Amino acid sequence: MEQLGYILQQFINGLQLGAVYALIALGYTMVYGVLRLINFAHGDIFMLGAFIAYYLISRFNLPIYLVFALTMLCTALAGYIIEKVAYKPLRNAPKISLLITAVGVSLFLEYFLSLNAIFTPNYIAFPRPFEVEAFDVLLFTVTNVQLIIFAITGASLGLLYLLIYKTKQGQAMRAVSFDQEIASLMGINVDTTISLTFIVGAALAGVGGILYGIAYPQINVFMGIMPGIKSFIAAVLGGIGIIHGAVLGGFIIGLSEVFVSAFLSSTFRDGVIFVILFLVLLLKPTGIFGKRIDKV
Amino acid sequence: MKFFWETRKVILLSALIYAIVKCVFFFGFVSQYIEQITLYALIVILTSLGLNVIYGYTGQFSLGHAAFYGIGAYVSAYLTKVFGIENVFAYIPILFMSGAAAGLVGYLIGIPILRLRDDFLAIATLGFGTLVRVFLDNSDRFAEVLGGSRGFVGIPRLTTFELAFLIVVFLILITRNLIFSRYGLFWRCIKSDELASASIGINTFSMKLMAFTYGCFLAGIGGALYANLYTFLHPSNFDILKSIDFLIIVIVGGMGSITGTIYAGLIWVGFIEGLRIVLPAEIVDLRWVFIPLLLIALMMWKPHGLITKSGR
Repeated sequence: MEQLGYILQQFINGLQLGAVYALIALGYTMVYGVLRLINFAHGDIFMLGAFIAYYLISRFNLPIYLVFALTMLCTALAGYIIEKVAYKPLRNAPKISLLITAVGVSLFLEYFLSLNAIFTPNYIAFPRPFEVEAFDVLLFTVTNVQLIIFAITGASLGLLYLLIYKTKQGQAMRAVSFDQEIASLMGINVDTTISLTFIVGAALAGVGGILYGIAYPQINVFMGIMPGIKSFIAAVLGGIGIIHGAVLGGFIIGLSEVFVSAFLSSTFRDGVIFVILFLVLLLKPTGIFGKRIDKV
Repeated sequence: MKFFWETRKVILLSALIYAIVKCVFFFGFVSQYIEQITLYALIVILTSLGLNVIYGYTGQFSLGHAAFYGIGAYVSAYLTKVFGIENVFAYIPILFMSGAAAGLVGYLIGIPILRLRDDFLAIATLGFGTLVRVFLDNSDRFAEVLGGSRGFVGIPRLTTFELAFLIVVFLILITRNLIFSRYGLFWRCIKSDELASASIGINTFSMKLMAFTYGCFLAGIGGALYANLYTFLHPSNFDILKSIDFLIIVIVGGMGSITGTIYAGLIWVGFIEGLRIVLPAEIVDLRWVFIPLLLIALMMWKPHGLITKSGR
């Protein structure tokens, strides 16, 4: 019985981590959908979100809903600027040039923000905007942090679903990710749609950053690298370019990471994620929900 | 005939460079630190050359090159420490064994992942790099001497200027001859157009695998020289950021250019290590801000590299 409680407890913890991964993975999968680009800088947008939230909470003492709104605004702006400055001039360049540029943007954000004049390379304690309370539910405990993470992730996913499947702009995004050229022939403004994709993805990563900061209250300029890569793997696992695939992939990656830490060793958790990646790439490169293979 | 003439020219030129550098060291114009950096530059050139074979000549994008560099370093460190090697002549076989180990790992991992292309290959090699890093972090569970995340200490210092210079010049010549051989031609064909290469009867998969294995072999030798130069290894020296360093050198030097890689390696080490002495401590970290900006600018305006002419 105790063993079952322990497993359930780890399951809840895995869902908590998976929710953050799912939020980041959405940005990867959407950008990959429209541009066929692994946006390496996405993990750094996530980091930027955590830092902006840190400053808003610790310096200005803003209420939590304002923190969320302002952080999303800032990260969305950052995503927009990155796309316009770094990626747009390379729209017709080889795929690899775009990929290397993405690596460059990512490194620039990390090293620029880690300068002593800006965020410094040190670990900073993230201030909790509220007290942590734990509730006992039968065999395991749930904290209010976890409940908030689940609620906000759920709300974000709901809004994203409405945006993508119920609005004109969402339809345009789906059309561009299906075929950019044909979409532009149908009168869709491709540039605006790509910008919107970056804005939405970056805003979601910003939310992920705040939630990560609240759940694991230590932030650092290089904190975005590993969650970024893992979220990309989540997106590949679910089927790159597929929205619900990214969410499922995020939860699978989060759960496997927590279970490996709990039952094997926390030093192996990164390794297991990459073993998953290799298995997916070798056995079903299109991912869980992927259907067709035409251009790899 | 011209080919052999050029080879002789390269050997003469390197003998001249060797004589000059040796004189500078001998008369004590430069500090011990600069000597160490010169050796490090040779290592960086060799390892970047490996990546240039993989990416610059064959077009297989790799973000995990530092993993093979690390494998070479750890194999050499382990062998020299366990067997208590102190003689340079006994070290040379170990050097090549380390390279072969990295090459073998490259071969085995290449079989599954070289089927992937471009960005998926990038993420797969990156994943492999992280796996190696995780393995090295946990390596003390397999053998206490490897040190795991505490680092590998007490490696005998065997890398001398003569040895490193000789090995690097030798391998540069071998690489050059390979590039101009029929295999090199196949590699360059695959880079231009893989589908067309397959259609004229080139076994693209085995050629890609050969280039990847050879590139990893060079990285392994570079890593071995590194291990026996600095006598201390830590898994964090072989992570993603290190792989990106080599990538930047290849891109700055020009993809598919040996001389470009040599210049870029020298400039890179001079820039990173040289500016550490020159610049005051407050702004020394700006180096790392400048490099990604250079990378972005290169991709926008000079995607074929800074040093060599475009289109080669």
